[in-house]
Amino acid sequence: MGKEPIFELEGVSFTYDGRVTALRDVSLAVAAREKIALLGANGSGKSTLLMILAGLYFPALGQVRAFGNPLTEEALKDESFAFSFRRKVGLLFQDPDVQLFSPTVWDEVAFAPLQLGLDQAEVVSRVEEALRLLRIESLRDRAPHRLSEGEKKKVAIASILSLHPEVWLLDEPTAGLDPRTESWFLDFICQLNEVGHTVITATHDLDAVDLIADRIYVLSEENRLIAQGTPQEILSDQELLLRCNLTHEHRHRHARLEHAHPHRHPERHIHPHE
Amino acid sequence: MSARGGFIERSIADIAATLEEAIFSEELARKEGLLQNLDPRVKVITFLALLLAVSLSKGLLIIVALYFLTLLLAWRSRIPLGFFIKRVWLVIPFFTGLVALPALFNIFTPGEPIVTLWQSDRFHLAITMQGLRTATFLVLRVGVSVSLAVLSVLTTPWATLLKALRILHLPQVFILILGMAYRYAFLLLHTANSMFLARQSRTVGQMTSGENRRWIAASASTLLAKSYHLSQGVYLAMLSRGFQGEAQMLGTFRLKPSDWLWGGTLLALALLAVLMGT
Repeated sequence: MGKEPIFELEGVSFTYDGRVTALRDVSLAVAAREKIALLGANGSGKSTLLMILAGLYFPALGQVRAFGNPLTEEALKDESFAFSFRRKVGLLFQDPDVQLFSPTVWDEVAFAPLQLGLDQAEVVSRVEEALRLLRIESLRDRAPHRLSEGEKKKVAIASILSLHPEVWLLDEPTAGLDPRTESWFLDFICQLNEVGHTVITATHDLDAVDLIADRIYVLSEENRLIAQGTPQEILSDQELLLRCNLTHEHRHRHARLEHAHPHRHPERHIHPHE
Repeated sequence: MSARGGFIERSIADIAATLEEAIFSEELARKEGLLQNLDPRVKVITFLALLLAVSLSKGLLIIVALYFLTLLLAWRSRIPLGFFIKRVWLVIPFFTGLVALPALFNIFTPGEPIVTLWQSDRFHLAITMQGLRTATFLVLRVGVSVSLAVLSVLTTPWATLLKALRILHLPQVFILILGMAYRYAFLLLHTANSMFLARQSRTVGQMTSGENRRWIAASASTLLAKSYHLSQGVYLAMLSRGFQGEAQMLGTFRLKPSDWLWGGTLLALALLAVLMGT
């Protein structure tokens, strides 16, 4: 990695209500301007990990450091630290209905800059810029409940874009999107990284992961971090993907031969025996 | 679906009607019309003044005149008059009418009897002129007040109206909560609708009333749990974007000369109505 890490997790464990374990003994480090994917099956703890990185959940065990400082509930009670941290880190929730709580799109995009105490002219300028960049100016007066899923996702991105964060945490950003919006979104993630943002994406989409990540952390169904590597290293390890429930075996036929083996469906069947 | 419809069918129809009505209202609020073009703060102040005038005025004709002014404003704001009148007057008789009913009789409002309903040595029941006047006043006042309130809501997008309430010095957090409640009411309505549709798709034959009750109870608890879970998520989403317990909002309203003109005219009419009615 070489660069100073912006996030460092050391032996982090997290349980919901002290009963349901979501993460076990996770250690990782993320450097500035990295493009990272957190890969894991449903329930592996990806979203929880993003919540911890966003300073919204706090682990029962282990240490979290962000931008060189301990990231704890106590630390975030300090207004100047909270202000500086929230300004730097934006989180896209998996469910846009959670994120879009304002009565109109304009209000939603203005929420973050307003909370950061920016002056009126700056708030208006940031909102207009975000709406323009995402080409959703026509939605400005619309209520979130009257938007399509793709539009909701775009508004949710705009609501983070107006924050001008350095780090983008994205939770299953392409889930439930139609192919065109999904493709647009993948391009957007790449562009974010190209202009210098750190992007950490939680996903189980193997087909997109080599595009949105230079480095992958793999979470097992037992909520442990069990591997890290480049997309090529991780995606070529079929045994690992099978073990983490990221790929599957199914029975199918080639001419007269019927057999089962793990494979993915990015564009066409990729068969190791071809 | 049977002619009467089961409770699932009726619930689905009611939810769909509520959603449709909200969308229709939002479309009316975005039309080009007299009140739609008025600054929402001016609208809040002038409509409050008109409401006060309706409440304070003691002249029946003045209140009727204010109702015609409301209809005129609705017409100039391109609100379908039939829809507007029905929306108010189909509901008022049921609620205010019931409250006003006892006031008609000599037991509560003694006075000159106009219709005697029961006459005996010990008991006399009649509708009095004073009672009729009191009941008419009550029904008219409520009807015109509700008409004014409905008109202001129909001609202003909900989000804008909430922001305009800041002129009354309502706390920002109160306005924020109202806005969020309105926004999430729709989400929960959609969820409830999906639950009813899912139930309907798996229902063969008639359900007993006991089964219905159990299902309604289970659905209500599921919705409650969902809304609780949602509220936690929303709070985290707010925190992640810098919310620190004190909501900040932006007022982007601009007063135009026409706002001053219309605001002044309506305020003058409200004042005139109070003065003429006393």
